[in-house]
Amino acid sequence: MSTNTVMNQTLFQRIRTLRERLGPDLRDRVVATLYRHAEEITAQVVRENTARCDLDTCLDNIVTSRVWGFPLMLLLFSGVLWLTIAGANYPSALLSKLLFGFEARLTAAFQTLNAPAWLHGMVVLGMYRTLAWVVSVMLPPMAIFFPLFTFFEDLGYLPRVAFNLDRFFKKAGAHGKQVLTMCMGFGCNAAGVISTRIIESPRERLVAILTNNFVPCNGRFPTLFTMAAIITGTLLSSSHHLAATLFVTGIVVTGIAVTLLVSWLLSKTLLKGVPSSFTLELPPYRLPKIGTLLVRSVLDRTIFVLMRAVLVALPAGLVTWCFANLQVSGASLLDHAAGWLQGFGRLIGLDGYILLAFLLGLPANEIVLPILIMSYLSQGAMLELESVTALKELLFNNGWTWLTALNISLFSLLHFPCATTLITIAKETRSAKWTLLAAAIPTGVASAVCFLVTRLAHLFNLV
Amino acid sequence: MGMTRQASGIYAFLDELRTAAQDYHALVALAGNPNTGKSTVFNGLTGLNQHTGNWPGKTVVLAKGFYRHQGKRLALVDLPGTYSLLAQSVEEQVARDFICFGEPDAVVVVTDATCLERNLNLALQIMEITSQVIICLNLLDEAKRKQIEIDREKLQSLLGIPVIPTVARNHDGLDELKTAINRLVFGGETPHPRRVRYDPDLETALTELSAELEPFQTRVNPRWLALRLLDSDYPLVKKIISYLNHHRRHTLKSTPQGVKL
Repeated sequence: MSTNTVMNQTLFQRIRTLRERLGPDLRDRVVATLYRHAEEITAQVVRENTARCDLDTCLDNIVTSRVWGFPLMLLLFSGVLWLTIAGANYPSALLSKLLFGFEARLTAAFQTLNAPAWLHGMVVLGMYRTLAWVVSVMLPPMAIFFPLFTFFEDLGYLPRVAFNLDRFFKKAGAHGKQVLTMCMGFGCNAAGVISTRIIESPRERLVAILTNNFVPCNGRFPTLFTMAAIITGTLLSSSHHLAATLFVTGIVVTGIAVTLLVSWLLSKTLLKGVPSSFTLELPPYRLPKIGTLLVRSVLDRTIFVLMRAVLVALPAGLVTWCFANLQVSGASLLDHAAGWLQGFGRLIGLDGYILLAFLLGLPANEIVLPILIMSYLSQGAMLELESVTALKELLFNNGWTWLTALNISLFSLLHFPCATTLITIAKETRSAKWTLLAAAIPTGVASAVCFLVTRLAHLFNLV
Repeated sequence: MGMTRQASGIYAFLDELRTAAQDYHALVALAGNPNTGKSTVFNGLTGLNQHTGNWPGKTVVLAKGFYRHQGKRLALVDLPGTYSLLAQSVEEQVARDFICFGEPDAVVVVTDATCLERNLNLALQIMEITSQVIICLNLLDEAKRKQIEIDREKLQSLLGIPVIPTVARNHDGLDELKTAINRLVFGGETPHPRRVRYDPDLETALTELSAELEPFQTRVNPRWLALRLLDSDYPLVKKIISYLNHHRRHTLKSTPQGVKL
């Protein structure tokens, strides 16, 4: 053993001296030499017929070029959003007419059966109405958005997006593969968090986990779409699809910018370190099979998310209805709770009901808007919310301005992750500390951003 | 100095491999980039005679199998698909550790003929560790379709190791591959693969340090060990030192006139 120890020490000493002599960038030099050798050999033995332009290579030259990569990405993304917004309007109105028409029938049935008023309130006004909202607001945009998104996914476009954005993430001290986990986050943040397993370095994986929430999941897209309709409606006097598209695109780009900023801050403070290198293979483009694509995106995504929303919305609708109708010392529980939150809500350009809706929406982001509408509705006037215009009226009667809608969009984009995502983070990190931070950081960012936007708007007398 | 956990993991895996089946004459590792048809080659060589096992302490699943050729029984281990052995992913660590500390009798590098350059990066790295390497030039049918031609003979002479063309999907060339493996392992002839030459400073340091590692008489090329001692992070340096110590004890036990340092 002692000979070993002596041998080890002299060897270590030797290695240390040599390392100092060779300088710190040795690994880079080694890799560069290896690549040069591989290139030299290949040049001598491989003969390619270059006259024929390979379609994939041609496409990649445009899609991943420094000049066209970014505009194309934004154009495709806004295109998808535009189709979703423009296309979802009509079926949405139709569905809500259908479902709310059925509500009148249900009420009539309850009356013929002489059911007590509280039962009718709980089942019809609480549960059914929330359900009708979730289905009519969420189903059409999802049924358009998901097949389109799946199309680009199956086409092989997403790795190119990762490739384009890689240098930004590298500058932010994060891993290029984080983009892929963000793409998953568009579907569902919990899935996004699980997908961070593709990042090997624990440090960069944590960065990706803590910031995944800044990508709006499909539970939040309906809220964004509705806010876009309201805000463009108020600003441009009539609802304008193109403006709404630009608004949602802007919100998503803001989310990506915040992701980069927070990643950068994390890798400078809590999670210090340098980004590790990785190889990203750009798979060949494949034209997706439309049949399987439709079945998969509708069954696996649309119906799955809708069922989740419905399952959470039903009990949540019930709870909210009870909250709104149980009176304690002259006011409902909901009013009491909203009253406590009112001060902070006003400070960041929201109100107590909105904050309460976000808190009650912790189980799933899908139900934030239904809860909010229910709590406004329960205050008195019963509205048939057949269109976004009717909804707008209701909201503006409750003291909203375009700034409120903008702040809700920002808060929805940046606030704490839903319960499912938090549980997933706890499972993946096995740490209470990081789970807490995963909730605290976004909440802090969301509050700060909304506060700033509100102050600025007031400063310039925009409201 | 005790063995590190990972290093002992390899020996545990090898022990398991040895006891899991009857004796075999040689241990062959299958390496290569992802999506090169490596698993197809593996299945083509071993047929149904295979099972999967876990790398101890890691979440990487390794398939191992056996086949018989010209009266010899060979064990084949399908390593995880990697682009290099230098990055820090678990897959690359497992592949690297198996090739150097697992001391296989031969390593077959499955390459994709449609993008040879990227595949050669890995092959060159493996050729630095051991001389017992065979290149399996796979997916030749796809290369033909894409109008890519490869001068196999020239590649073979440039690399200094056997290059066997295959279309594993159709079982083309697999018999030739088996024969080439047997010739390499049992033929008694050691190939002289092309070694990557680095810049003069590094070359001097490498010569100096590998001369000091020479007496350990490792099967792993001392030049590669020296290179990794110089450019790697601490965990790998520790692993190599512990491998050297293990080797030294082993050598001292088996040969009474063991090397004195």
